[in-house]
Amino acid sequence: MKIKAFFMLMMCTLALGTFLFARSNSAKKEASPGPVVQAADADSMRIEGENRFHANCGRCHAVPHKFPPRMMATVLRHMRVRATITAEDQRLILFYMTQ
Amino acid sequence: MWKQFEFGCFVRVEGYLGDVSRVTKLKENLHKSPFVGFIVLYLLKKTARTRLQKAARYGTTCALFLLVLSAWAASQNPDTDKPVPILTGNIGTFSFVTGGRNLIDTQINPVLLVPLGDRWLIESRAAFEGQFQRPPDGGPYGGPVTKHVDYAQVDYIANPYVTITAGRFLTPFGIFNERLYPVWIRFLQPDPLILPIRTEPSDGAMFRGGVPVNAKANMNYALYLSATSVGIGSVDSERHVGGRMGLFLPGPRLEVGGSWQKTLQDVRKNAFGFHMGWQPARLPLSVRAEYAHAFEGSGYWAEGAYRLNQAHFWHKAARRTEVVARAQQFFVGAIGADAEAGLNLPGANTREGDFGVNYFFKDGLKGIASYGRQFSSAGNFNQWSFGLAYRFLVPLGRVSGAQGVQ
Repeated sequence: MKIKAFFMLMMCTLALGTFLFARSNSAKKEASPGPVVQAADADSMRIEGENRFHANCGRCHAVPHKFPPRMMATVLRHMRVRATITAEDQRLILFYMTQ
Repeated sequence: MWKQFEFGCFVRVEGYLGDVSRVTKLKENLHKSPFVGFIVLYLLKKTARTRLQKAARYGTTCALFLLVLSAWAASQNPDTDKPVPILTGNIGTFSFVTGGRNLIDTQINPVLLVPLGDRWLIESRAAFEGQFQRPPDGGPYGGPVTKHVDYAQVDYIANPYVTITAGRFLTPFGIFNERLYPVWIRFLQPDPLILPIRTEPSDGAMFRGGVPVNAKANMNYALYLSATSVGIGSVDSERHVGGRMGLFLPGPRLEVGGSWQKTLQDVRKNAFGFHMGWQPARLPLSVRAEYAHAFEGSGYWAEGAYRLNQAHFWHKAARRTEVVARAQQFFVGAIGADAEAGLNLPGANTREGDFGVNYFFKDGLKGIASYGRQFSSAGNFNQWSFGLAYRFLVPLGRVSGAQGVQ
């Protein structure tokens, strides 16, 4: 019975997820943490991103190498959830790691 | 079959196998049709509950596969900022010599990350592990090969402060289970003694996130409700609710926090724990500690790792080397030695000290060696470990730029 309930919960979640995903694709990306910045801010963002990178990522593991931007974007989204880093930390670290 | 007799009436006549059930007939004639035979045997073998479980599992897998497929298709978009699905994880092979007996442990833990749109992430980790040991009376190595799904969850980033997670997820009780468990991350390969306390995977929903309190502090939290849970070494299901909260000070790189969990069935007991982590900016040092208290037992571990970056000798090798140490203690609870063993907890009060060396050959590949000694009323013994751990990361779509996977 519990398995059935869990299955139903999973399916509902996935169905809801798919629906919201389709909806969010039609609406434009207002919350994208993309690293588009003014050139004047780039240096300070890079420095701040490096600081936050060492402070947050070093909490758990050795410093990894940089990966291509699209991969780093996925890794950072994963780490935002796993390590509960803030949205601002995610944005700055992603900027630093994709420079 | 029906047959007309001389006096004109029709009488039902049983065949010569009339006293044999239809199921038996089917079973005995399966060789005539292997396909039908397979289905019949499957239906006969499985109980209704097992079939339901299988159906649920296959249904979920198919749904996830379709979502992964759609994400992969989306990833073919040449938008350079769009996250791409990746397959990452780790591979490890270790030799644990405990009390003179060698255990060869080989494992692969793939992690699939599928971002959808700007706010969604599907993530899953599976574990395939073989543990091989010689029998006490000699003979070739043998042992079980196990496989299971550690987590399979859907994350929705609702806003900068809240992420909603649903599915099976790692229980955020303490920090080791959720953040430090992978073999390429952990300082020492043997698990802490208190790891099994309240860290069974949860099946349900969770709210979590990180919130900047001010310029000098961030708060992180996780609140979860589990409908069922399959425990470590147990088939019992369990409902529980819990949470974890931590405060991270980026300046001194210090994090402190606490966890709580309440079982919502049977004993309905509370469990709580505390954790801390500190990485001073001026030293290549990392210190972590955890304490957990539950009705099945309590204990703590504290460990430190020092990277020999600043050594004045053998600089090339020293900067790749890390020395580590851990001290830990476990106090048995009120559930009895057999139940403790069922949860992979020691059956008696136990103390342990471990020392080790990690050598980083390259990013993601490290060699490990450690020595530890365990003290308890059940017996004292040495514990050695040697091995290799490797972290891999492969894109499942087109990546931009000239950089490759390193």
